[in-house]
Amino acid sequence: MSRKAKAKTKETYYKPYHKPLIRRRRPNRSVGGDVGLYIFLILMAIVMVFPLVYAVANALKPLDELFRFPPKIFAQNPTLDNFSDLFVTLGKSWVTFTRYLFNTIFITFAGTAGHLLIASMGAFVLAKYDFPGGRLFFKIVTVAIMFVPAVTQVPNYILLSKLGWIDTYWSIIIPAFASPMGMFLMKQFMEGLPTSLVEAAKIDGASEWKVFTGIVMPNVKPAWMTLIIFQVQALWNNNGGMYIFSEQKKTLPYAMGQIQGGGIARTGQGAAVTVVLMIVPIAIFIFSESQILETMASSGMKD
Amino acid sequence: MGEYLKKYFALRKHNASTAWKKAKLAKNCYLFLLPYAVIFCMFYVYPVVASIYYSFTYYNILESPRFLGLANYISLVLEDDIFLIGLKNTLVIAIITGPVGYLLSFLFAWLINELPRAVRSVAVVVFYAPSIAGTCYTIFSVFFRGDAYGYVNSFLMDLGIIEQPILWFVNPQFMLPICMGVILWMSLGTGFLSFVAGLQGVDRSQYEAGMVDGVKNRWQELWYITLPNMKPMLIFGAVMAITQSFSQHDVCAALCGFPSTDYAAHTIVSCLMDFGFQRFEMGYACAIATVLFLLMIMCNKAIQSLLRRVGT
Repeated sequence: MSRKAKAKTKETYYKPYHKPLIRRRRPNRSVGGDVGLYIFLILMAIVMVFPLVYAVANALKPLDELFRFPPKIFAQNPTLDNFSDLFVTLGKSWVTFTRYLFNTIFITFAGTAGHLLIASMGAFVLAKYDFPGGRLFFKIVTVAIMFVPAVTQVPNYILLSKLGWIDTYWSIIIPAFASPMGMFLMKQFMEGLPTSLVEAAKIDGASEWKVFTGIVMPNVKPAWMTLIIFQVQALWNNNGGMYIFSEQKKTLPYAMGQIQGGGIARTGQGAAVTVVLMIVPIAIFIFSESQILETMASSGMKD
Repeated sequence: MGEYLKKYFALRKHNASTAWKKAKLAKNCYLFLLPYAVIFCMFYVYPVVASIYYSFTYYNILESPRFLGLANYISLVLEDDIFLIGLKNTLVIAIITGPVGYLLSFLFAWLINELPRAVRSVAVVVFYAPSIAGTCYTIFSVFFRGDAYGYVNSFLMDLGIIEQPILWFVNPQFMLPICMGVILWMSLGTGFLSFVAGLQGVDRSQYEAGMVDGVKNRWQELWYITLPNMKPMLIFGAVMAITQSFSQHDVCAALCGFPSTDYAAHTIVSCLMDFGFQRFEMGYACAIATVLFLLMIMCNKAIQSLLRRVGT
């Protein structure tokens, strides 16, 4: 063997036990571009997250620090007083803080649970069976995603008042059941499920309901989380709008408006409510991020 | 001709009967769909139809609707100055925050996708958080407070750019731009998530094939490989961006008040709320809703046909 050929074999010799210290860079990437990318992203991340951090820091400040000028971003003596004050000061008022909290939690929970069940049932048959009218119905759902919520608000009010649901929790919960976004995502995700799974179960003699609860639903758990986050986000921030007017049925975002309108003495509590309102959807998102991204991968619209 | 028609109707009849037979076999499917379909039709399909009907009437809920013909639309366009201001503001917001928000969503999703896995998941949370933080945007009213103790005011005064504090949310010159800034801050929403997920789903081997075929840098890679692969997500993201940018009202109302000074932050949705739930002129409000609805559907169709040409 010539020397040249020997050198070549040495060069291409692959050692599986020897891991390189620095991983091979992805093709088509320059070092300068990567550095610029990191700097840009870090700057933008600071801009994006600063108001949120500031809101949290504000809620931890005692009252004298809230009005300090020039302001400090982080509290010197952080306390949780603002949060406990919510229960104390509002505990004596006619409608207590816990009642607002209960209203919001109840509406969010009921609306999300019902939506998850009803939309998955619909999505299951739309994704896995071919029946007349199914495709047309799904097309209408897709168009409904484009609706601005305000477009349907006035006729909804008229309809709800005819049903006698105005000023009940149902006026918010029931329309939330049919949110088209969840239906769309669920159906798209279920289409990715192998049809053979459903067919095998049917040959074994399982009824549609059995297939739905036993096979399809356990396999689409990522989509559950996605439906839950979208629905919680919509309902948790729902201030009852025009549909609820008696004070004891109003929700937390409405109470927040009242507290913030309560003047300087309520500034700390206002900051605390803001944090209570924003922390729940963000926490759910953090815990279920990978599942949500898995679902969103099938969110594309063909036309 | 007669024979042709006969054939046509025979075919229709045949199709209808097979569909009917299929439908009978799929009885359970309809049962599954029924709960969703009923509620969906009640609260999403019926309102659109009803709103078109009511828009031709005078209706205040107490009396039965009185037919007016086109009078509502005529007074919308010719007499109602506030509606025209609202329309203008909505179009300004939509034309600026819609495309910019959309491009930002894609840009950030694409840049985040370059990061290693662990950093990426943190970055997604950071960029997505503002859009799900609920009413957190009210914090901007602290930053932009009108007196000399407002942070932005005092900062600018220290630098000597302004002499006296600016009333950010009362001065019509500044109201809309600030609102648009806040809307942009919140614009990395569902579409952004869809982009992030879509980018992760692009087949790696295509990039390697592209490199062999002469793709030189990340920009070429983006245009020739990534974008064509992402088309369905791009359309979905566009739908989200359009819906969001046309339905702005809450941010403007929370920051600038409702109604705002000189109606400088009044949007179409604000007009709708005003007439629908404060004056209870439901017919007129429905006319506004119908205009908004048509505007959006047209915008969506235009954007979708535009996006179909990406990468071809």
